[in-house]
Amino acid sequence: MTSQAPHQPWLQRWHVKPIGWTILLVVLLVASSRMTGVDVGMFLSNLDQFTALLTRLSQPAWDYLPVIMRPLYETIQMAILGTTIGAALALPFALLAAGNLVHNRWLRSGIRFWLDLVRTLPDLLLAAIFVAIFGIGSTAGVVTLAIFSFGMVSKLFYEVIETIDMGPLEALESVGAGKLTVIWYAVLPQILNQFVSYFLYTLEINVRASTVLGYLGAGGIGVFLQRSLNEFNYSQTAVIILATLVVVMVIDGISNHLRRVLL
Amino acid sequence: MVQETPIISFKNVNKVYDNGTVGLKDINFDIPRGQFLVVVGLSGAGKSTLLRTINRMHEITSGEIRVEDEAIDRYKGRSLRFLRRKIGMIFQNFNLVNRSSVERNVLSGRVSYYPTWKSLLGLFSATDKQNAVQALQRVSLAEKLYTRADELSGGQQQRVAIARTLMQNPKIILADEPIASLDPLTTKTVMDILKRLNQEDGITVIVNLHSVALAREYADRIVGLRAGEVVYDEPIAAVTATDLNRVYQEV
Ligand SMILES: Nc1ncnc2c1ncn2[C@@H]1O[C@H](COP(=O)(O)OP(=O)(O)OP(=O)(O)O)[C@@H](O)[C@H]1O
Ligand SMILES: [Mg+2]
Repeated sequence: MTSQAPHQPWLQRWHVKPIGWTILLVVLLVASSRMTGVDVGMFLSNLDQFTALLTRLSQPAWDYLPVIMRPLYETIQMAILGTTIGAALALPFALLAAGNLVHNRWLRSGIRFWLDLVRTLPDLLLAAIFVAIFGIGSTAGVVTLAIFSFGMVSKLFYEVIETIDMGPLEALESVGAGKLTVIWYAVLPQILNQFVSYFLYTLEINVRASTVLGYLGAGGIGVFLQRSLNEFNYSQTAVIILATLVVVMVIDGISNHLRRVLL
Repeated sequence: MVQETPIISFKNVNKVYDNGTVGLKDINFDIPRGQFLVVVGLSGAGKSTLLRTINRMHEITSGEIRVEDEAIDRYKGRSLRFLRRKIGMIFQNFNLVNRSSVERNVLSGRVSYYPTWKSLLGLFSATDKQNAVQALQRVSLAEKLYTRADELSGGQQQRVAIARTLMQNPKIILADEPIASLDPLTTKTVMDILKRLNQEDGITVIVNLHSVALAREYADRIVGLRAGEVVYDEPIAAVTATDLNRVYQEV
């Protein structure tokens, strides 16, 4: 008997799908840039300005470095504090939103709707609001980051909770343990590693985000970034950008390493 | 001679699942204190359902179940936890918390004796920590006290699960196919432990099994289920192989 390969359908043979998608994407891109008035030509003709900026940025004023150490430190503190508060608040909500723990559909959907709502708030908008409420400073930044982390982490958390093995919960219930004890003994040990991993991941994002938030007056290095840019002091801007890059890379490195160890 | 009241009794018990499946149908029998009862039956016959109604992990639709001469259907909150506290349960998949130590798994069997805050903080008394070691000694695993549960073999995990149950100080042990994922040698170890707890501590033991041979070896009495109904119920002395095969006939 001869082995015969099955006939390849023409859709696959002529790569109809990938080509179709590419065409559609290009059309969408052109159409949306038309509608929003983005001028690609202007972008290209202004490239020389960009190179001029780059040359000025390439002469960092290193004596500025000691000045920005404090705000840089403040930025990291903001990120850690905001992430911690957000994640701590997210845990109880994640437990209530998990379908395998809460069988009451109404309660669960209510909580999820609320979490979705929180997640749709843009962090820049939050920062602007809290700067208006708390004034310029890191409090506004911490609150913004806490809410942003809360929205993100709660969803990640409840999705993890829904994957756990239900056997240990059954065992703890059969022992006569109350709800809290069941969660403490049978749920938390199963999700702890992934929680820490997601916490670190959110922290990475927040360190980056908090530099931008500072730009709106929410404390940290962003305040200095904005000042140097306003004064066209690009040699200072260069120092700020480089120092921030180093900090972000170091934190990413540490958190990546920790996550690898954990999982 | 005065007849002692049975430790468990089923009176006209019916269970219909939400989707209409009949789990149990008109169950009527008593289990005397200290009996080693084996429940056999085809897959889907209702063995697990029967077992789980005794500690109210499943609710029944009608009828009454009495444990130590008290109707259990009204228990709520605290009284339900007290019912479960005196009934140990062993599972086919062991149901240990894999990432926790053997010690923590065993101690978790004791949480219903503590207020919640003490359980959460892990404030177990020195006596209970001692008891945990002793419980492990009874299943010959004391040296694994600080090992992580997922580093044990299946048979060892099941023995840890038995130690956890012993921490409850149970009067009844329910075992749902405790040996289904174990090899023949480990099977014997686990069944021997259950038999010893039955004989030495007087614990009433109810085991679901698929193996008729094992049932005949260990049981004082065999109950056969088919499609949620009791179709066989004999003391071990009266059990014969041909008789028992009736349980396994097609419905
Ligand atoms: N949660 C449930 N919802 C609906 N039907 C169920 C549920 N649990 C069990 N059943 C049904 O009830 C019947 C009895 O199931 P049960 O698990 O008690 O059988 P079993 O004798 O333990 O079987 P096995 O030997 O496979 O464990 C089966 O028909 C099963 O499909
Ligand atoms: Mg079963």
